[in-house]
Amino acid sequence: MTLVFPRESLSVFPKHLTPDYRSTVKRTPSKPLIIVPQTLSELTGPVYGHDAVQEGDADLTKQHKGEPLGERIIVHGHVLDEDKRPVPDTLVEIWQANACGRYVHNVDQHPAPLDPNFTGAGRTVTDSKGYYRFITVKPGAYPWGNHHNAWRPNHIHFSVFGHSFLSRLVTQMYFPGDCLFPFDPIFNSVTDEKARQRMISKFDLENTIPDWALCFRFDIVLRGREATPQDTDKH
Amino acid sequence: MSEITPSQTVGPFFAYGLAPHSRCDWKPSDVYDWKETAGANLVTPDASGTKIRIEGQVLDGDGLPINDAMLEIWQADAQGRYAHPRDSGTRPNTKFMGFGRSATDKSGTYSFDTIKPGSVPGPNGKAQAPHIVFCIFSRGMLRQIHTRLYFSDEAANASDPILTLVPADRRGTLVAHKEMRGELPVYRFDIRVQGENETVFFDI
Ligand SMILES: [Fe+3]
Repeated sequence: MTLVFPRESLSVFPKHLTPDYRSTVKRTPSKPLIIVPQTLSELTGPVYGHDAVQEGDADLTKQHKGEPLGERIIVHGHVLDEDKRPVPDTLVEIWQANACGRYVHNVDQHPAPLDPNFTGAGRTVTDSKGYYRFITVKPGAYPWGNHHNAWRPNHIHFSVFGHSFLSRLVTQMYFPGDCLFPFDPIFNSVTDEKARQRMISKFDLENTIPDWALCFRFDIVLRGREATPQDTDKH
Repeated sequence: MSEITPSQTVGPFFAYGLAPHSRCDWKPSDVYDWKETAGANLVTPDASGTKIRIEGQVLDGDGLPINDAMLEIWQADAQGRYAHPRDSGTRPNTKFMGFGRSATDKSGTYSFDTIKPGSVPGPNGKAQAPHIVFCIFSRGMLRQIHTRLYFSDEAANASDPILTLVPADRRGTLVAHKEMRGELPVYRFDIRVQGENETVFFDI
């Protein structure tokens, strides 16, 4: 039977070992992964979110007394599977740096200011059409110690579940036209040009709100196809 | 060519968003001010079965602790049923979700409190030995790695359809060893990402 979650779908993922991103060197399995059948344990996955997600968790500009500094933006899109069918009721979590490129995280040592009005964590559940929407501020670029003068392009971290443990995805959303793209080994760990473009959100003028916030669209395509067992005999 | 969105690393700074109340001790106050979506304690009041704890360390290729990893686990309940529409079994433990998330602390240590899972069906209807699916994310991992925890006190391991696909001399890396801490069974499961005694990881 055709796999609902074909392994080939993962061909656009970065290689585990990507030496330009130094931390991969000691954190990559050195032995080949063992190919195993997809059992009920992999074909199921957490159905999580409804009780965990509260009204307002998707608006990162309203979590504190005042409004955060920076460019207010809307980030929205659809979560889809490989057949472009919407993935409804799935948990989408994000975390990001503030407008100055500083994370709330205690070990972030970048000497840029924290914003008392911004944490940078958000979550939501997709609706029946797979649609999600966040309001946040545009994260700043930040330096990291990977190599001399290394800076991460502006990005928002995304975590998405999908229909099963096999569709689980953690990724990063980038912004169009970032001058740091050519120099970032994490972004370039995806070697397929078209796949790399899929991590870049699109400026969305139509949904930009006049006098209030720019809008960016980021559609997320998860691993997974419709099962079509009747087709298998033809191949 | 596949058209899915590529994976990227979870990075070093996920904790305040994904595991704010985890055993991660990055912050002096231990926790970040954000409600967790899923935590390291899976036990619900209605969950029947044996309460267990799983503990271990995540280690890199030099044997050094990985202090910024996130582990996610997925498991069946004590009767071998997943809290998912694809598993058609009825579930008396309706609150038991079977999903947990833990960050590692400064010593690379993680832990989960849960219920020992029952046996679930495998390929061709053959039963699988009780096991828990693990998914590991960290800085330096551009994509997650998958493994499984099996229990040292299960005779069914010998005929498990997945475990028997692993070369015999490496199967031991997937077996968590039981010790009793008072009344509580604690299963020790270290994850060696690379190097000597490297844990078996799966391509699923
Ligand atoms: Fe980041």
